[in-house]
Amino acid sequence: MGRLFLTVLLISSIVFLVVRVIPGDPASVIAGIDADPSAITAIRAKLGTDKPISTQYLQWLWSVMRVDFGNSLISGQPVTALILERLPLTLTLAVLGIIISILIAIPLGVLSAVKRWSWWDYLGMIFSQIGMAVPSFWLGIILLLLLSVKLNWFPLFGSGTVRHLVLPALSLGIARAAVLLRLTRASMVEELSKEYVVTARSKGLPERMVNYKHALKNALLPVTTIAGIQLGYMLGGAIIIEQVFSLPGLGRLFLFGIYQRDFPLIQGGVVFVAFIFSFINFSVDILYSLLNPKIRVS
Amino acid sequence: MDRFVQIKSLTKEYYGSGLLQRKKHAVRAVDRVSFSIDRNTVFGLVGESGCGKTSLARSLLYLDPPTGGEVWIDRVLLGDLSVRALRAFRKRMQIVFQDPNSALNPKMRIDDSLAEGLVNMGVPPDERARRIGRLLDRVGIAGSHRRRYPHEFSGGQKQRLVVARALSTSPDFLILDEPVSNLDVSIQAQIINLMLDLKDELALTYLFISHDLNLVAYLSDMIGVMYQGRLVELGSTADIMEQAFHPYTQKLFSSVPGMQSLEPLEGGQDRQNVHKGRPVGGFSGCPYAGNCPESEEAYGSSIPDLIEVEPGHLVACIKTAHRQYGVYPQVTGKDRKE
Amino acid sequence: MTASANTPLLTINGLDIRFEQTGGVAHALRGIDLSLVTGRTHALVGESGSGKTVTSMAVMGLLETPPARIHSGEIRFGGSDLLSISDAEHRKIRGRQIGMIFQEPGKYLNPAFTIGEQITETLRVHFGMARRSATAKALEFLALVGLGKSQRVLKNYPHELSGGMKQRAMIAMAICCHPALLIADEPTTALDVTLQLQILRLIKELKNRFDMGILFISHDLGVVYQISDHVSVIYAGKIVESADRDRIFSQPLHPYTRLLLLSIPDAAKRGQRLRAIPGGVPDAEHIPSGCSFHPRCPLAESRCSKEIPPTKAYGDGHLAACFFIGKKWIDSSK
Repeated sequence: MGRLFLTVLLISSIVFLVVRVIPGDPASVIAGIDADPSAITAIRAKLGTDKPISTQYLQWLWSVMRVDFGNSLISGQPVTALILERLPLTLTLAVLGIIISILIAIPLGVLSAVKRWSWWDYLGMIFSQIGMAVPSFWLGIILLLLLSVKLNWFPLFGSGTVRHLVLPALSLGIARAAVLLRLTRASMVEELSKEYVVTARSKGLPERMVNYKHALKNALLPVTTIAGIQLGYMLGGAIIIEQVFSLPGLGRLFLFGIYQRDFPLIQGGVVFVAFIFSFINFSVDILYSLLNPKIRVS
Repeated sequence: MDRFVQIKSLTKEYYGSGLLQRKKHAVRAVDRVSFSIDRNTVFGLVGESGCGKTSLARSLLYLDPPTGGEVWIDRVLLGDLSVRALRAFRKRMQIVFQDPNSALNPKMRIDDSLAEGLVNMGVPPDERARRIGRLLDRVGIAGSHRRRYPHEFSGGQKQRLVVARALSTSPDFLILDEPVSNLDVSIQAQIINLMLDLKDELALTYLFISHDLNLVAYLSDMIGVMYQGRLVELGSTADIMEQAFHPYTQKLFSSVPGMQSLEPLEGGQDRQNVHKGRPVGGFSGCPYAGNCPESEEAYGSSIPDLIEVEPGHLVACIKTAHRQYGVYPQVTGKDRKE
Repeated sequence: MTASANTPLLTINGLDIRFEQTGGVAHALRGIDLSLVTGRTHALVGESGSGKTVTSMAVMGLLETPPARIHSGEIRFGGSDLLSISDAEHRKIRGRQIGMIFQEPGKYLNPAFTIGEQITETLRVHFGMARRSATAKALEFLALVGLGKSQRVLKNYPHELSGGMKQRAMIAMAICCHPALLIADEPTTALDVTLQLQILRLIKELKNRFDMGILFISHDLGVVYQISDHVSVIYAGKIVESADRDRIFSQPLHPYTRLLLLSIPDAAKRGQRLRAIPGGVPDAEHIPSGCSFHPRCPLAESRCSKEIPPTKAYGDGHLAACFFIGKKWIDSSK
């Protein structure tokens, strides 16, 4: 728990520094080239950039604690509210993405390991090679072209129904499944070469049980951890995919915020995402300790 | 009687992690062990896993400095040496470990491996080459193989190379920690003979650590028996083989696979003792009391110290002391004869 | 499966197994004969690479073929040749009629399942027992091996047990189906000396109680002396000597056996050098021609590198394969 807190603190500090380090005065950028000095001063006061750095830093940290990142410069609405409004969509997309990844990667990975050098294995290898080379947004565009434009199975853009999420989730999930697949295969292969598998066979257990009960349980352990971390990456991927499919999620929000130099929004956004990512990692750690009998806290 | 190596009350404690854990979870892997090794003799240290013999070896060489006690080698107190002086002194004491595979760097050719110590000593290249040639010859490896990599040698040959490397700095004192346990039975005798030849030729002093009691009985001049970090019996091999006094020693030696019958023990099964090193401040009595067939209530509260039962033969056992002297002599501050 | 004592339990005839690898062919077993009888312990003694583990794997049907290839021979058990039955049939025998225990219980037990689970699954697979009765039976066996003090062990994971306890648990697992044959592959090698004795005693006790035959594999002659009734010595894939335990230790006939016994250190040999065997154990891809021991044997003559000595009987079931038995001898002095 302490580590989580520390991570967020560190990230907030980095965000603070980065924004301050960027050359140029945010106030004048916002005001525009021709603005007159009083307008710039007013904006500075509003932003709080006229105060000394240490005060700004403390104010910043305080606002992070309260989860109050101020108001968006463009829309005037509280940043936190804006983020929370769009978060569910992005999160749903990320979760769907990881589910698809898992559904593809784990069965295929396990089969590849159990039936090594069979055509399952080759299929898996080809799939993972392609998957690693293909970026999710490219896949998204292709799917869009094929399944939306050509075949009209799925809507082109918009949101609101599950159907709108299918293609984006698929693009995310398929593209990133490769990593999980290779890991599953490797983990399974390693477990199958361990001594306890010999014992299981020596007891006369059916091969099916040896593979899918004994070896699999141990093999899934590292896979679970990595899958959890992949969920975090899915979040980032989701933000990009949203552009391809014009989904009104966090991606659009942040992207426009960046174009428009909406500093409060950018700052708040980065800290928020960082926090979610850290939280996911933290949960994965807990999950791991629950699954691994060796380090279960008694 | 020339105490080449002398250890006085050597103690090594390991602490738990974190600020709060330190005091609570200290484990005493080596607990006030004292003995000495005469020049050109073999001291055999026996005990089962977790008794602290490897910790003792590492502490002795200051690879992991002890938390208490003194180590004297050739009348030099190691604790007094500066870091630089200790490093220079190191060439006089070397250690040979159990697994030659992890001792030899698989990416280094063996003449480079063997040269390391010499390079550190500042020996010039052609002298190094000569010495390496002599070392290989002495351990029975063909000089023509010097540019090979470790994996090109067999287990027995690798162990010879490890010995050669240990000898490269011309040490006086060698610690051998299970040097033949990983080797095939038919090779073990070769390495053992080699160690004995080298000891005679080079006037080496050995501390030999092993769980193989037969081997220890064969090689050693003196034997020390460790249990949970403490030395429980100490004496010449001849004395101990004739009569071991400590119940643990008796149990150890009677367990040795050999000529005893396998009928069930009477008196029920032994209690399993799983502790590795006693918690500091915890157990205050004889560490073996829990498993000892001779133990009585009182033994849980006083820690036995090493008492001489015959010249040169010491035992840390309350009951034995009672039998010998009629009364149990007080412990602390007593001047111990060795 | 009840059998009267001394009925032949396992008979291996001329077993020849080769491994086809990219470097060449490794001739792991070159025609071994071994027979085991109910109620007795037959020790198979050999160093690493001698073929002893391949033998046990072949009996269990756990060899991966390829790369292993059974060139010839038969393994008779329970009225059939184990080498010619289907894998499904062999699977029914494994764990049920032949149990096996291994060297390092820490590695050979599955860390993700409790001890109870690992025992009950064998019972359920072979006998179709319901969970409750299987658990009760598992408890019975845990008590038999000395782990029955509390029910806790059932719920323990392997890493929560000490080395000795793990080995006892593995033994319980191997015998819970009342096998007629127990194969023990170096079960005490990784244990401390005092634990070793306890485990050996346990194995002997269980053998008597269940009237099992035991194939005990080891490289430790001291352990072999304690546990065995009959000993076969294997070198480079061939059995070089086989006899009753007492005979082989008091009158070893084959030079390898004799030298092995002479090379083992003990207190009585203090002050003398050990009689070491020169050279090293040959690896299975480069087995010396003729008698595979000849490069290391002090008695070797030119004949030894050309012909393989036949196995002959020397009374009382004592078999050995060397040209010079009765003619030349290895003195215990140098």
